[in-house]
Amino acid sequence: MKLAKLTLGIAVGAMASTGIAMTSAPGAYAAETLYIPLLTYRTGAYAGSGTPVANGMHDYLTMLNERDGGIGGIKITIEECETGYKASKGVECYESTKGKGALVYNPYSTGITLQLIPKAPEDKIPVLSMGYGLSAAAVGEKFPWTFNAPATYWGQASAIIKYIKAQEKGALKGKKIGFIYLDVGYGREPLPIFEALSKEMGFTFIKIPVAGKEMQNQSSQWLQVRKHRPDWMIMWGWGSMNPTAIKEAAKIKFPMDKFIGVWWSGGDDDARPAGKAAIGYKSVNFHGTGANYPAMQDIIKHVVSKGKSQVKDVSKVGENLYNRGVMNSVVMAEAIRNAQKITGKKNITGEDMRKGLETLNITAARLKEIGLEGFTNPMKITCNDHSGGHPMYIQKWNGKNWERASDWITPMKDKVRALLEAAANKYVADKKGWKTQKCS
Amino acid sequence: MFYREAGQFKTDYRSDMAVFPILQDRIAIGAILALMFIVVPLVANDFWLNTIFIPTLIFSLAAIGLNILTGYCGQLSLGTGGFMGVGAYSCYKLTSIFPDVNIIIHILASGFFAAGVGVIFGIPSLRIKGFYLAVATLASQFFLEWSFGRIPWLYNYNDSGAIDGVNRSLFGIALTEPYGTPAFQYLVVLSIVVFLTWIASNLVRGRYGRAWMAVRDMDIAAELIGIKLLRTKLLAFAISSYYAGVAGAMMVFLSLGSAEVEVFDIFNASFPILFMVIIGGLGSLIGSFMGAAFITVLPILIRGAPSLFGFEIHAATGEHVQLMMVGGLIIFFLIVEPHGLARLWQIAKQKLRLWPFPY
Amino acid sequence: MELAHKIFVAPFWEMSGAPDLFLQVLWEGFVAGTLYSLIALGFVLIFKASGVFNFAQGIMVVFGALSLVGLHQLGVPAWVALALCIGIMFVLAWTVERVVLRPLVNQPDIILFMATIGLSSFLIGLGEFIFGGEPKTMITAELGLPSGAIDFAVAGGFVSLQKIDIAAAVMSAVLVTVLAVFFHKTRIGRALRAVADDHQAAMSVGITLQQIWVIVWFAAGIVALATGIMWGARSDVSFALEIVALKALPVLILGGFTSIPGAIVGGLIIGITEKLAEFYWGPLVGGSIETWIPYFIALLFLWFRPQGLFGEKIIERV
Repeated sequence: MKLAKLTLGIAVGAMASTGIAMTSAPGAYAAETLYIPLLTYRTGAYAGSGTPVANGMHDYLTMLNERDGGIGGIKITIEECETGYKASKGVECYESTKGKGALVYNPYSTGITLQLIPKAPEDKIPVLSMGYGLSAAAVGEKFPWTFNAPATYWGQASAIIKYIKAQEKGALKGKKIGFIYLDVGYGREPLPIFEALSKEMGFTFIKIPVAGKEMQNQSSQWLQVRKHRPDWMIMWGWGSMNPTAIKEAAKIKFPMDKFIGVWWSGGDDDARPAGKAAIGYKSVNFHGTGANYPAMQDIIKHVVSKGKSQVKDVSKVGENLYNRGVMNSVVMAEAIRNAQKITGKKNITGEDMRKGLETLNITAARLKEIGLEGFTNPMKITCNDHSGGHPMYIQKWNGKNWERASDWITPMKDKVRALLEAAANKYVADKKGWKTQKCS
Repeated sequence: MFYREAGQFKTDYRSDMAVFPILQDRIAIGAILALMFIVVPLVANDFWLNTIFIPTLIFSLAAIGLNILTGYCGQLSLGTGGFMGVGAYSCYKLTSIFPDVNIIIHILASGFFAAGVGVIFGIPSLRIKGFYLAVATLASQFFLEWSFGRIPWLYNYNDSGAIDGVNRSLFGIALTEPYGTPAFQYLVVLSIVVFLTWIASNLVRGRYGRAWMAVRDMDIAAELIGIKLLRTKLLAFAISSYYAGVAGAMMVFLSLGSAEVEVFDIFNASFPILFMVIIGGLGSLIGSFMGAAFITVLPILIRGAPSLFGFEIHAATGEHVQLMMVGGLIIFFLIVEPHGLARLWQIAKQKLRLWPFPY
Repeated sequence: MELAHKIFVAPFWEMSGAPDLFLQVLWEGFVAGTLYSLIALGFVLIFKASGVFNFAQGIMVVFGALSLVGLHQLGVPAWVALALCIGIMFVLAWTVERVVLRPLVNQPDIILFMATIGLSSFLIGLGEFIFGGEPKTMITAELGLPSGAIDFAVAGGFVSLQKIDIAAAVMSAVLVTVLAVFFHKTRIGRALRAVADDHQAAMSVGITLQQIWVIVWFAAGIVALATGIMWGARSDVSFALEIVALKALPVLILGGFTSIPGAIVGGLIIGITEKLAEFYWGPLVGGSIETWIPYFIALLFLWFRPQGLFGEKIIERV
């Protein structure tokens, strides 16, 4: 009976304190701040890929605060919210942060992106899904609030095919290309473009899905690969799927230099566990690796060495997915600067941020200014093209780190664009009252 | 003093068998309903409605469903998430096949599809019992998850493979997420949940409920006194899945706005709902609500607690601590009160009866 | 007609057409099966001795492997880390008995089952809290586990056996033998079997129930640690492994909750049939049928033998 009383007391206490916590939680931040919520994941099955990205995003923004006192003289308030790559948690994070004056959302999950896309115009907060999410969102007329620069999955898929075609000396007819993918929205996203290209260019396309539950148990999928003997393998993997796939590919003696991963399958921790067997494994990328950039050195100096980062080991700065996070924050920071310039306000809103993103133009000179010369290709977003279809390159794992293995490859823009527009129309068609915009 | 039934005489069977035979209960339930229907939508902000009230109500409905199956009929099931998914996907298909029919009818009808699927996967319960059955229900869970991802017809051949973007209104006001306002969505969810709970409370104290309980307590004995096991068990599966299906449909269209398969997987749906049922109390409808509120609010509370006491912890660390605390609290609750929150509520009522003059 | 051909003829044609692939699939199924068996073995040990359906067994697999790698990352030599991990598993067993099982004694089975789900949530949080959430690479070389593969030329193709998989199979066999000897030849083992038969009778002849529980949980912990090392070497050490551990559940209903030989035979049946099904029949329906096929195989068996392959006959009385 005593215990029951105690429990009752705890239950009542818990309810009461919930009340207090909840009433105090959604209070808005002080007016003079740029509030950026980061939906990250450092736990769960996808933490292996999520953690370095989260660190990169967080550290670059912190560096701007430490070094420059924020952007345009206003400090950035960063709030991480842990999603665990789960859509329901992502929405909870969104709901709990949107009221605080959030400028932009980076969902880092195709599932969460899909949920935020229709919410964005309602709440007037843009979604920046940098190199992931819904490919069709590149069509700016139909998706005014969603940005997926520097390229869509479809653009990327076309670039990979272009690369393979070049390697095969221009003839893809009769070749077999296998596609192993995580069987969720993310992995299925590029299927339409591969299927369209396979018809057009005459290669056989073999798809091999890996269920999320079987990520670490891929032996039958790779035996399937061994049966079909494809000339090339393309992978759309994430989290624990990547290292497992690379190990399994080595097991069936698939030639590593013909195995190309999406840019999310290019983590250092994806290739490293397979040891020597992974040498030669390729992945797509759109920014530099390593820490040999002034801005990266600033991150080390102002953030990591001062213990203001979650990164304890300096060698992690400059890993591929860390730099991906930095790249993401660069896009955000430049968009904020741009928005401040256009509107003349220091303290911008989500709507201003949308304008800032829509007219974003990061030139080579600007990259040099912010200490990232040659880090990425110049990037330009326009009203009708929210992705830009920017060029990318193929990199190769040498056993220790990634090295560049190709020139910049531009996606097949014309082909992709037509498909994207069709997909965007289809998306909008069954949604009554969808808000579009006109681009001059 | 306030909760005394002395002096309330029942003069016919009707009043003796009423859902709330005690006057104070009727007053209390009226007050709670008034609070939920009138005060909450006026007072609560979007955050409260979207992350606490609406999910709690939806999960309560699913928990009632599971409670009918597990708490009343004694069939342990780990497949609730799958049935919620059936409801959600069939509702999505219904809205695209019959675009002009009212969304409420779609939501309520989608439960029947879930019920049908539930009956099919309930068939093994005739041969298998206990944990064997629990694991067998995982077959339905995994098979359904697989079908949602593998049959493109279910998600209208979307490139994304997600079900989303259904814009429907009720009485001319936009209702579905993300177009509707949280307060309106809340009211609709609340109405459906209250209506279905009322039906459930009548079901479980009627002939079927008694048959279920007889089967739960000992199925062979129940068979001997003339209860048809086949019909009783499958009916429990059907009704339980109906509730889960309606909850799933509401979750997608009135709460999340879009869904992929993983929303209905075992760790996001089936287990949490089982927790709600156990923490709330097996075989108690009010316990389902308490359990749902507990499991929904606890993580949010733990997340908000550190800032309340003025110190910052990192989001990931918070997540780890939260997992530990949720796990720890579940064990704690099971130890101190294995019969769940509903039992605590009964104890509290018992005390109130005597208060302020205990012996 | 064509469909029937695809289902009933083509796969077998394919099997005989490429015997090297067929053998390879069998081998992969066998290795996966041994690991499923090991996880199932942990469940069975605990269920036999205490009637608890220990859902945390999968987490114990991850927790063991994570502690091992985590300790090694902190600079502890591999073998010392292994010894420490065995110690951790003992502490875990003792704590679980003290904090979870003892207060819940005599509660309905479902309550204990729930408590183990709570325990698994707690262990995930604790493991990630101490060692961080990012996946880790298993320290195979440091533990002296072999790497590389042995290839055989078979009928124009090759069959490749990974040395680590062979090691896994050998280790499982050794572990099962040691456990069998332990249960049959030692005093504690006999006490344990007595407890499994009848709690009350065992207590009346002076067996301490609590002590036995600590021992079985410890044994299950060691089995979990071994599984974690082996599976961690196949992919990586992260909490996603927990999902793989769910594969032990169909093995359990197939083999019976209380039968050690059932767990082993069941694991092999599930492992081999699921790989064969996925490889030869999976592509017909778009693949990934591995997630549910084991359950259907198990259900099929259950329909005819509701107590599992080797389970004891259930006799019900009113």
